Amino acid sequence: MLILDNIPALLVAIPLLMSAIVSVISSDRIAWLFALLTTLVCLFMAYELIDIVSAKQILSYAFGGWEPPWGIAFIVDSANVYLILLVSFISVIATIYAHTMLAREIAVEDLPKAYAVWLLTIASLFGLSMTGDAFNLFVFLEISALSSITLIALGAGQDRRALIAAYNYLIIGAIGATFYVIGVGYLYAATGTLNLLNIIERLNELGTNQAAITGLAFMLAGIMVKAGIFPVHIWLPAAYSYAPSAVSSLLSAVATKVAIYYFARLIFGIFMNITQLIDFFLLYVLMPVSVTAIFYGTIAAIYQTDIKRLFALSSIAQIGYITFAFSLNSHSGVSSGVIHIINHALIKGALFMAVGIFALGIGKRATMVSLRGVGRQMPITFAGFVIAGLALIGVPLTAGFISKLYLFKAVFETGNGLFVAIIAISSALSVLYLWKIFEVMWLQEPYQPLKIEKEPAVAYISLWLMVIAIIVFGIYSNGVSSSGILAANALIGAR
Amino acid sequence: MSSLQLILAISLATPLISALAVLLFHKNKNLRDICGPIGGIITFTTAIVIALAIIDGQVVSITLWHIAPGIELSFRVTALGTLFGLVASGLWILASIYSVGYMRGSKDKNQTRFNFYYAVAIHAAMAISYSGNLMMLFIFYEVLTFSTYPLVTHNQTKSAKDAGRLYMGILVSTSLLLFLPAILWVWVVSGTLNLTRGGIIPVDFPSYLLPILLAMFAFGIGKAALIPIHRWLPAAMVAPTPVSALLHAVAVVKAGVFSFLTIVVYVFGTELLSSSGSAVWLVWLAAFTILVSSIIAITKDDLKARLAYSTISQLSYIVLGGALATYAAIEGAALHIVMHATAKITLFFCAGAIYVNAHIKKISELDGLGTRLPHIFIAFFIASLSIIGIPPLGGSWSKFLLMVGSVDSGIPLILGVLAVSSLLNVYYLLEPCARAFFKPAQKEFHIENHTLTIFPPLITATLSLLLFFAVDWVRLLTNLMVMP
Amino acid sequence: MNVIYLILSNWNFIAVIMLMMAGLYIVISNQNFIKKLVGLSIFQSSVFIFYISIGKVSGGTAPILTGIADTIYSNPLPHVLILTAIVVGVATNALGLALVVRINEAFNSIEEKTLLSHKIEDSRHEFEKGDSWK
Repeated sequence: MLILDNIPALLVAIPLLMSAIVSVISSDRIAWLFALLTTLVCLFMAYELIDIVSAKQILSYAFGGWEPPWGIAFIVDSANVYLILLVSFISVIATIYAHTMLAREIAVEDLPKAYAVWLLTIASLFGLSMTGDAFNLFVFLEISALSSITLIALGAGQDRRALIAAYNYLIIGAIGATFYVIGVGYLYAATGTLNLLNIIERLNELGTNQAAITGLAFMLAGIMVKAGIFPVHIWLPAAYSYAPSAVSSLLSAVATKVAIYYFARLIFGIFMNITQLIDFFLLYVLMPVSVTAIFYGTIAAIYQTDIKRLFALSSIAQIGYITFAFSLNSHSGVSSGVIHIINHALIKGALFMAVGIFALGIGKRATMVSLRGVGRQMPITFAGFVIAGLALIGVPLTAGFISKLYLFKAVFETGNGLFVAIIAISSALSVLYLWKIFEVMWLQEPYQPLKIEKEPAVAYISLWLMVIAIIVFGIYSNGVSSSGILAANALIGAR
Repeated sequence: MSSLQLILAISLATPLISALAVLLFHKNKNLRDICGPIGGIITFTTAIVIALAIIDGQVVSITLWHIAPGIELSFRVTALGTLFGLVASGLWILASIYSVGYMRGSKDKNQTRFNFYYAVAIHAAMAISYSGNLMMLFIFYEVLTFSTYPLVTHNQTKSAKDAGRLYMGILVSTSLLLFLPAILWVWVVSGTLNLTRGGIIPVDFPSYLLPILLAMFAFGIGKAALIPIHRWLPAAMVAPTPVSALLHAVAVVKAGVFSFLTIVVYVFGTELLSSSGSAVWLVWLAAFTILVSSIIAITKDDLKARLAYSTISQLSYIVLGGALATYAAIEGAALHIVMHATAKITLFFCAGAIYVNAHIKKISELDGLGTRLPHIFIAFFIASLSIIGIPPLGGSWSKFLLMVGSVDSGIPLILGVLAVSSLLNVYYLLEPCARAFFKPAQKEFHIENHTLTIFPPLITATLSLLLFFAVDWVRLLTNLMVMP
Repeated sequence: MNVIYLILSNWNFIAVIMLMMAGLYIVISNQNFIKKLVGLSIFQSSVFIFYISIGKVSGGTAPILTGIADTIYSNPLPHVLILTAIVVGVATNALGLALVVRINEAFNSIEEKTLLSHKIEDSRHEFEKGDSWK
């Protein structure tokens, strides 16, 4: 089958091509329809990919028949096939959500172009999650950065601060990407290849090599910027909070996750071979950084009054949980990190969607003041919001609980009581900010008489699709947890 | 689905249906208020059927889902659970009748909301008692916390909201900080969370970690109100009295000690606890709580506050029994859940009845009220005697068994603690009665007569009398729990 | 002596590092948004030079088949990569400049300090009025 054989290439090529087509369409309805169809096709292909990967274990797709190390290869194995499915699933739902939300938040004549950039972002996310070529990754990294910056800047229709957020993201993102390129240069100088699998082989032959270590350090630093890992996360809160709500939900759900996946791949695929440094890096760099991120994000969120910014800060804490799980350097740690990547994408996407609908309903930015009493006026959205919020805390029967379950398992296996305390205390703290929002929205009287627009049905249907996914994954966790375990097998080997 | 499973399902669903019926009938006052008692009767009947089946040696269980290996959503009725289910559902009948009288007497406006959350809380209590899995128990433990929050803050005043915040703050934070991690710890080491007689903690669990795990449970279950984390209980007394009565004498606090006992019996196993000696510190902490909170109770002039501290003290009897972990002590603790619930709900009923009928909250103003409200004070007197532990009242059995247990476990000094505590009980519980009957009235009382608030305490007082003679029936269940 | 030799034989890296630091310094310290972009360009260019210089094989010629057997060729791959990177850099700069134009339209300034005070003003406005669509 021609199509089945070329799925990895098509996953990138189709959205890329459609983005060019959509950009010349003048009707916003048709543009949206094209975008939706494209994402649906991608979802279907990602689903097919699972079958292929489970049969073949690892799928290496060489572009133009140029086998690696000469050509560019896409690699799909059990570590990233679920990520691809996740990206395609979320992009479908976010596209549905965008139908009403984008139309109300940006100028109508910009809409088709916005959908073109939207598809470009999705294409780059697929590329990021599949590519097996270190330099090719840089290209996708930049496509993803430039297209998401454009989308974020579209938020300027409502709040001019979106422009500054986008500009800062551009500067910081470009520095990060350039760091990454420097790293690739060093690694290339040391190994003479750009293919990730080849690099691993060469490094094994080389043994310890200063250039390779320096290169890896630069690469990791660059990826950390994109992944929003703590000290270099500074672009993230502003970017997510001023972007249009559809953009926030797409980006917060999957953009950072893809970068984190690649971060894990670098650590456990390549860095793992430099044994004397990896333990040092995980224990003395990544772990303290993650713990700081967890507490910084959570505590900053408690004192935050702007709801979108609050959730962006909470994202930093949640990314901290994921990297913390990775830093445990155990099979259960990595699998819990992967599980949390999936679950957190659903949860955070749903939360941003709900906040967007609230903001649309009241016609203002969603803050602790403007949202007073809104829950009672918009019950359908609020119910979905509460469930997603409970999932963020990790209440049983939601997807968030599954994450927490496996994270605790990983932490208990280390036998370190301090780690247990860190996770327990931080998750108890996260109750505070969510409780605060629930209380404001449900129990308090409105700040001024509310003029609520009707909840747009298309938007809350997409919210509820996410919420249903959260509940289903919370009850039938086998799919997610076994995919986490398979991914861990692929990343660090079955230990 | 077998007939027993159906009955279990009915037993669990009835409170929830009753809650929905309350919402449905919110326009018709009488129809709405009858939902509670009817639901109570149905639930209680099914609880009796389940109890008979358990005594008969049958297994009553429903498994809904497997969340993860060893973590399933399932109900499997244990002997202890049966007992708690009977207490919660039986007292719900009376409490719901009483609350109608009380709420109408105090002319409350938000009765629908009140009745709704009340029924939801009972649903959570029933689900806790029939949980077959620690995770299930935890889920409904949290449901109980969240569903009682609107009840605690029912009056919507600033003090009610502050109390509600303290209530949620302590209960939620302890459960998330300690209870949930402890549960997950058990899951990691034993691979399952299904409640099993004899415990599920593997033998090779390092014994120096046992006290830590036990402490995580003992403090994580904030509802058991051990002393450093007891503050929520007196604070929650801002709630209307029926709430205090049912939730803080029966459902909430008893759910706490029930969870603790369940963990001792079905997670740790009594053998493990008593042989490792890892619970000795908890015995002393419970003894400390018993004495200190009794002394605090004496200093309180507000009747409900005094009862609240008395509750803290009595809950620690049950924790003490669990920590001693001998057969007699465990049995005594289980019996005390029944006996104390019956007696304490009587006392709260009386306190509420005194408030709606005579508008008095303070003990110092009770002088001479006894002749005006004789039924209430007689009920109060009987219940006090039961809590003090004087035959022929139910409370004497549980105290007796606890004393036997403390001798068995080789800590006879606990006998002294129990004796001193009884003396303190005499002082702080009999003072209101003594004032009401023997001191001359200092002022005119405006007495109203709300019948619905007067006969429930009389019934529960009679019940604690009957329990003295019917103790063998109760022990059919408690025996099942401890006998190998 | 060794050090001097090291420096002289690796003068290309020294140049790269100097350019890189200059660029990074401009990005971080300069208040003007356009100058920041210039700094970014310098920073990126340093990386381009780094790549191109490591592709040079001493004594090598351009990688075009000459027909002579033992010809030493320079490595063409870094050049190709940098061609891509230059394109990416151009795109980044273009987008950045477009954003600066929009920022200038919206705030009437492209100085970081002024913009910061505008941002703070917006936040205060939002907090006091409970609304801020503009």
